[in-house]
Parts: sequence; structure tokens; C-alpha cells
Amino acid sequence: MGILEVKDVNKRFGGLQALGNVNLSVAENTCHAIIGPNGAGKSTLLNCLVGKLIPDTGSVMFDGQSVLGRTPFEINQMGISRVFQTPEIFGDLTVMENMLIPCFAKRDGSFALHGIRSVMSEAELRDQAEHMLEEVNMIDKRDMHSASMSRGDKRRLEMAMCLVQKPKLLLLDEPTAGMARADTNNTIDLLKEIKEKRNITIAIIEHDMHVVFSLAERITVLAQGTPLVEDTPENIKGHPKVKEAYLGEAA
Amino acid sequence: MFGLNKKDASLLLIVAVLVAFAPFLLNPFPEGSAMAQFNAGYPDLMQRFVIFGIFAIGFNILFGLTGYLSFGHAAFLGVGSYAAVWMFKLLSMNVLPAIVLAVITAGIFALIIGYVSLRRSGIYFSILTLAFAQMSFALAYSVLTPITGGETGLQLALDDPRILGSATTAEGNIPVPGLFGLEMRDSVELMMGSWVFTFNLGYYFCAIIMLIAFYLSIRIFRSPFGMMLRAIKSNQQRLNYTGLNPRPYTLAAFVISGMYAGLAGGLMASMDPLAGAERMFWTASGEVVLMTILGGVGTLIGPVLGAGMIKYMENIISKINSDILHGWFAFLPDGLEDLVVTMIYPFIGKGWHLTLGIVFMLVVIFLPGGLVEGGQRLAKLFGRKKADNPKSASTEPAE
Repeated sequence: MGILEVKDVNKRFGGLQALGNVNLSVAENTCHAIIGPNGAGKSTLLNCLVGKLIPDTGSVMFDGQSVLGRTPFEINQMGISRVFQTPEIFGDLTVMENMLIPCFAKRDGSFALHGIRSVMSEAELRDQAEHMLEEVNMIDKRDMHSASMSRGDKRRLEMAMCLVQKPKLLLLDEPTAGMARADTNNTIDLLKEIKEKRNITIAIIEHDMHVVFSLAERITVLAQGTPLVEDTPENIKGHPKVKEAYLGEAA
Repeated sequence: MFGLNKKDASLLLIVAVLVAFAPFLLNPFPEGSAMAQFNAGYPDLMQRFVIFGIFAIGFNILFGLTGYLSFGHAAFLGVGSYAAVWMFKLLSMNVLPAIVLAVITAGIFALIIGYVSLRRSGIYFSILTLAFAQMSFALAYSVLTPITGGETGLQLALDDPRILGSATTAEGNIPVPGLFGLEMRDSVELMMGSWVFTFNLGYYFCAIIMLIAFYLSIRIFRSPFGMMLRAIKSNQQRLNYTGLNPRPYTLAAFVISGMYAGLAGGLMASMDPLAGAERMFWTASGEVVLMTILGGVGTLIGPVLGAGMIKYMENIISKINSDILHGWFAFLPDGLEDLVVTMIYPFIGKGWHLTLGIVFMLVVIFLPGGLVEGGQRLAKLFGRKKADNPKSASTEPAE
């Protein structure tokens, strides 16, 4: 029984069957990659996991509880953090403030009236945030306006914001899309480090095979809304069905 | 000081000093001189400066922090005014209970309107609030006449009960609002040479409340709550996926800013105990939006500056008439004088809106950050001489 159990999930957009009978089980403390060609339904599946979309049929269980019908912030409170394809951070805020918001959310829940004490008087949360920034090597940027950072730094900050909440499951939606090779490698190193240091389950959606094969312990190949195969990276590499899905029948 | 960092504390102190010496600062021209009409140091106008300052400070908590543009804030101002006048009619002429009731009533009103309107964001939210405000206006103007006085407005009468105070004064007049025996309209005049400075109790009462309101708004800006509100403006998606529910935060901000508006309305009624439906009209809601943008959205002091600027223009420019213009340009040859006066005439008197429009346009185009940005640029300009000093250069964070 994995920490995330997706059973018979179907999702239809008008005439398009985006997901058809998707079954997926992500084991605890592993890195599970979901790959597939464009339009395979990867992002739809992800959106079903975080509450942005509700599947037509099927069930999604996380840590023994159903996530269906819950809002994204409730699902986050259950322990799922999501990193977006393009880094979603609070651009108008400083790096430190960006880090403090998830700390407050983790400690106080989805809504709390804090009175009028200064943000910076919360020593405990500030320590947490600073510690996390040190871990991702961003402590020197703590007072920077986050919108003015490079894309790689934004990605780093977004991951730090997710990790500071100590999620049980980290969802990554094409974390290296549009990145330069060097940035991609940095991200891979960062993710490897995260995996080694923490007890965390990672589910990753990715186009870049280099990333997938250097991180994933388990790979699910999705094509036209249904899982084709699920196996270890070694077996996926030479799998005829996978080649067919990516390169078409002629290959 | 008061739990503020050094920068905020000095800002508060500067505002406090400016407000305390406003009767001097706003009356720079001697009585009877040609420039005396530019003096703004009379009680009625000074009261309006601080009251609209409170209104704009509150509006900025919603608009400046969350980015939700309410086009119906005047409704809360109106509700506050009505509540205060009713308190004068029923309880006593003491302003404190009137102001407390005004704030509470406006808060409840804001809770209801905010709960419905905040289901939408962006332009739809603005339209919803506008619709609610216009509904409130229509209700106050006609349907609810027994409560609001309809077209004539709500006024005090000799036969009001006023259970805690006297219904009439010894001379048989309607009593005036006061604070434990001190009347709001009490003034002391100070003559210094040809200058006359007026110190009005009502003004100082409003000023103290404005300073408290300003202090509270600084604390809100710097609190975790304020940070969440800025996060809402910045990226709601990320906030949602960070485990925070934006709705209660925006609603709380809406109610707080509604209560600020109610406070302003209550003070308005305390200075002049009548309330009319026109205070809820949509132009009044638009005015506070202009004030906030003119001064600087999301800045602490901006709304106060914007409110002061608009109220100054409204009262001073609208008083200039063609005779005064002819007086100014009398030194020109006759034909030229008429020409100049004809050219300027549309911008004065009733045409002051035209001047306001031009100023607003110029500010939005050239100073998107409002008057505060203008001040910052000036400070930079004057500070440039010191830029050779490497110390001041290194304190600027690299962005």
C-alpha cells in the first residue's frame, strides 16, 4: 500500500478522454516519475491529485484519506506540496517573507488572526525559514525582492518554500522545463540532496529523460490518458511499448 | 517605539508633528493678503483632511495590500454617519458612543457585503461592491426614509429623546456634539501680527483618532496578517498551494477597511451632526480610490497625502472665481488679460474637477507610485550629492 493510491481515475473534457482508468501507486520514500508524450494526461493527473480538478470517477487516496472534494489548501495541509512548471512565488515579497508564509501556514493552519505583532518577532519561524534558506544556499539573498531573481533561484526558492513545510509528498511538475543545462543539473543535485536528507516521497512529472533517469526509482509511462507500463528505470529504457509511444509506430 | 521599527516610528512621529502644527502650516499667508485664499488652516477643512485621511488609510488596507479594488466604500462611510447621528438623537450628544456605534455598524455592513462580493475577484468584485453601494444609496435616498431622512438627510431635532443627555440646551436650542462637556466646535484663535491661527477642538479630536488609525495601519502592514494580504495580491495560486485560505483573509481586510470608513463617517457626523444619502453616492466611492492612487497605493503615508491633496483642491481651487482671476492678471493689457482669464477659467471654480483630472493623469503617467514616489524621487535627487560617499551606495540592496 503506497502513500498515494490512485484508483480507476477517469477524467473527460467534453469529447476528450484526458484520463482513462488510471491506476497508480506511489510507495513511501521513493521517487516516482510519470513520463509520457505531450497530451498524455500528465498534468491532468497532477491537477487531480492537488484538488485543482476533480476526476469524474475513481478515487485518490493520500495517506489513508481521500483527497477528492478537498480544496488545494486543505490538501496542502494534509502534506502534499506542489512545485509548478513555472516557479510560482510571491514576487512582490522578499525572499525571507516568501519563506515565512509557508512557515505560518504550517504552524497556524489555513487561517489565523495574528493580532498586530510584527512578522519579524516570530523568532521560531524565522529560524526555521533561515535554516531552510541556508540549506538551499540562498541565505545571502534573504532581503532580495524575489521577482528580481533568476529563474533558477526562483525554482530553488519555490522548492525551499515547499520543503520548509516538511511535506510527506512533494509533487514536481516539470521542474526543469525551459532551464539551461547547468540549471537542470543544479536542480537534479538539489533534488538528490533532498531525497537523501529527508524522509520524503517525490512524484515527478518530466519530459527530460536525463532528469528522470538520474532521479527516479520507479517510472510510470502514460500515453493517451492511460498508463502503459510501470517499472524501474532500467527496464523502461529499452521497453518497446515506451519507444512506440514516444516515437510512433514506425520506430 | 510602540513596537515599530525605527523607520516606521519616525514616519509616525513626522505625521504626528505635521498634524499637531497643521493650523500653522496650512495658514502660511497673512490674513487679508492676496494669497490668503490659499490658506487651508480653517477648522472645517482641516477636519475634512484628517477624516478623509482615515477613510483613505482604511481603503488602502484593502486595496493597497490585497489588490481588491472596492468601488463601494462610501456605503460604509454613509452607514457610519447614519449610525452616529442616530446615537446623537437617541442617546446623548457625546461623540464617543456615536463613533463606537458607527464603527460597529459599518463593520457588520462590511461583513455582509464582503461575504457576498469576495466570491469574485478583479473587475467582478469591483462591480459587485459598486452595485451594493448604489443599492445602499437608493435605499437611504428613498425606501428607508424613516431611518435615513431620505432626500433631506438625517438631522437632529428638538424633540429627540437623548435619554442620557438633555434634549435641548438651556436656551432651547439643539445641543451640539461634544466630548464630556467640551464642544467639538470650540476654537481658540491666536493672532500673531496679521496672521490668524485657529485651534479647533474637533480638529484635534479627529487628528488624535487619525494618528491612532495610522498607527494601527502601520502595525497591520507589518504584521503576519499584512504579509498574508500582500501575498494574496502577489500570487493567490501559490497561497492556495501553500495551505492558506485567501477568503477569510480578504474578508477580514474588507471588514477592517469598512470599519475605518465607518469611523470616518462617524467623525464626520460628530463634526457636523447630519447625514445624507449623497455620502454613499458612487462618486464618493470613486473619490477615495483617487485619493489612494494619487497618494500612492500600498504605501503607508500615501493615502493621507492623497486625501489632503484632493480635499485641498476641492475647497481652494473651487473658490477661485473670474473676479479673482481678473485681479491676478490686472497687470496685463486688457485684451491679453481677458484671454488669459478665459483660458484658465474652465479649470477653476466648478471646473476644479478638470484640474483634478489633469493632476491625476499626470501623476498616474509620470509617477505610478503616486505622490510618495514623487517624494522618493526628490529625496534621491537631493541625496545624489552624497552618492560619492560609498557607504550610502552600499546600503541600497542590489536589485
